[in-house]
Amino acid sequence: MDTPLAIRARGITKCFGDVVALDGVDLDVARGQIHGLVGPNGAGKTTLLGLLLGLAVADSGRLDILGTPVGRALSAPDGVAGFVDGPGLYPSLSARRNLAALAALHGRDVRAAGIDDVLDQVGLTDVADDRTRGFSLGMRQRLGLAAALLTEPRLLVLDEPANGLDPAGKRHVHGVLSRLAAGGTSIVLSSHRMDDLEALCSEVTILSTGRVVFSGPLGKLAAENRELDYRLRTSDPRAALRLAADTDGIRTGDTADAAHGVEAGQDGAVLVVRARVPAVDELVRRLVLAGIAVRELAPVVSPLEAAFLALTEVREDGR
Amino acid sequence: MTLTVADHRASAARTVSVARAYRFELVKLFSSWRVRLLVLACWIVPALFVAAVSQQSSLPVDTLFGRWMHATGWAGPLVTLGFSGAWALPLLTSVVAGDVFASEDRLGTWRHLLVAVRSPRRIFTAKALASLTAILLLVVGLVASSTVGGIVAVGNQPLVGLDGHTLAPSDAAGKVLLAWVCVLAPTLALAAIGLLGSVALGRSPMGLLLPVLVALAMQLAQMLPLPVAVRLALPGYAFLAWNGLFTDPTQLGPLLIGIAVALVWAVTATALAYLLFLRRDFTNLNDDGSGCRAVTAGVLPLAGLLAVTVAVVATATPATGSGIEQAKVQRSLATAFAHLYRLQAEELHRPAVTEAQLRATAACTKGSVAVGAHGPGNDWRCVVSWHLPDVQATGTAVYQLDVAADGRFVADGDGPKEVNGYFLLRAPTGDAPNPLWQFDGNVELLAATPKG
Repeated sequence: MDTPLAIRARGITKCFGDVVALDGVDLDVARGQIHGLVGPNGAGKTTLLGLLLGLAVADSGRLDILGTPVGRALSAPDGVAGFVDGPGLYPSLSARRNLAALAALHGRDVRAAGIDDVLDQVGLTDVADDRTRGFSLGMRQRLGLAAALLTEPRLLVLDEPANGLDPAGKRHVHGVLSRLAAGGTSIVLSSHRMDDLEALCSEVTILSTGRVVFSGPLGKLAAENRELDYRLRTSDPRAALRLAADTDGIRTGDTADAAHGVEAGQDGAVLVVRARVPAVDELVRRLVLAGIAVRELAPVVSPLEAAFLALTEVREDGR
Repeated sequence: MTLTVADHRASAARTVSVARAYRFELVKLFSSWRVRLLVLACWIVPALFVAAVSQQSSLPVDTLFGRWMHATGWAGPLVTLGFSGAWALPLLTSVVAGDVFASEDRLGTWRHLLVAVRSPRRIFTAKALASLTAILLLVVGLVASSTVGGIVAVGNQPLVGLDGHTLAPSDAAGKVLLAWVCVLAPTLALAAIGLLGSVALGRSPMGLLLPVLVALAMQLAQMLPLPVAVRLALPGYAFLAWNGLFTDPTQLGPLLIGIAVALVWAVTATALAYLLFLRRDFTNLNDDGSGCRAVTAGVLPLAGLLAVTVAVVATATPATGSGIEQAKVQRSLATAFAHLYRLQAEELHRPAVTEAQLRATAACTKGSVAVGAHGPGNDWRCVVSWHLPDVQATGTAVYQLDVAADGRFVADGDGPKEVNGYFLLRAPTGDAPNPLWQFDGNVELLAATPKG
């Protein structure tokens, strides 16, 4: 039996006048999964997040959220929280009063709503009684996350939650999201920051011009997509370069662009090769058989970013 | 095959109740420094204003009941009411109702609110109720503050009505309260126009200013020599028609029509705002609801409503033209004169006389027109005649009248000096204000012209 789904979308289409924002989008998000949503500007991410949050209804298609079919009315099922285009905060209220008003709105006892706890989780305890008028973007993002946590969501929809975050704030947010997912909350995360998505998400969906061009585990991106550039540091760079040149599916500096080949690294030469994953695996096997130690092997550009650029560029070029 | 499993906790969308959304809106509304400042101002400034003005030698005689501020504390809340109808209430409704939706656009909080409340209908209802609550709190502040200021500074004396008859303090208190209740109707109409502007115009400052602009337009219209049917069909007419409560008998016709028209406007504008709000697309951040279609959808139905109300009022009421006719002016002036004559006789310690004994009449001309004069203007000239018991001679006094288009007039005594030519009376107890020197009156625009 498959994992129960928090979101199941089939053939979702949404138009604004003549503009097709979403064109037959399918999306599956499992319970307890952090799912990344990636796409260039205008790809339809915000529209899709808006549908998940109940801010709009699809023109056609079927959308089940937390097991409940979404109807034609503007409202999401209970248990969904989050924000699109930044959190909504009232600047004349303090952080604590923003959360207290929200807790009261949901009919919860303000004293027992866990306001201090969520403020602590996002690292805003010190500024809890300050008016949010003076909050930085990162603080607003964290308070928006705290507001979402307050409702104990089972599906959290976040649009660019890492915008404006300093390293400490980012650590807070990553920690909160990881704990939520571990606790069974599904999270849909839209971001342009690939490092955040790679650090947090188990699966991603790439949207381009309103259509899904990839959806699945991050690892599958590297496997099923095109060649990537890899940085390879070994104990014998020149021998490694010869082996790479002899390995099928590996391109080095003389066959790829000028950046490929042997480079001087900080503590020795670094080889940059372009290949698909199976070819890289074969190269590593040969290096080991040749007694050459592999000290570092990593993609120059992350698989997600490479796939994003490749998939969306191809699609946009082909329009 | 994937399986969609219904979570036992997620059976259906749990919307937030209107009561909780209403409390949420109140918290937001009263956290705004502008609204807090308005509340403070409405609860403090009128008392200070009325108390200060009541102690001055120069009174605001251009404002209705202003000339009586030395005489009774009940004139204070009526002067405040006159000022509020023209300026304060439109401004208050602008700041509160005109901003209640636009503020969410400004702060970018619509999506947050929709996700939290999960029902645009409930959001609209909560916002409308919160605006109404805030406006009521401000109006109650104006009434309470101006009343306290007047009573404390001057005292709980009888009030002289708009036709010169005297109201006992308890009657004055009741009518003052009733007058303020009556102006709630046009205030609601302005508030509804504010809601409509706030929904239809989004972040545009025009949305905030709409109630003020509408109120200003209505004031300008009331100053023009419009047909009485058009005048009564304007949603702000009840801001003037409360005057009719202070005559005997009360001029209820125009007041009730004004209230009914204002309530129809309030309901229609609120319904239009509701429909526009429900049609709004909240996924598009750049769409604040404003646009030609939204503006048109708000303006055209209200223009249609104005045309319909003009037609209904014109058909259902007897008055035609300006409603200001020679016979009605004469009757109003004679009635007020008779009442005030009694007041003057009392101040001079003369024998009491009744209005029936006085048999006061007035003969008015307007410019060079002696018969069939009509319309507003400051060229009305009237001769008032009266009789005293056991006195053969008929007393006469001359007045210059400035009759405004809304029926209100100021009668300025033009002699003889002993009756109405001087602003002070030489009473046995010393100099006293002469009630017959200058006084306000009101021509009921709807009243049928008396025959004979």
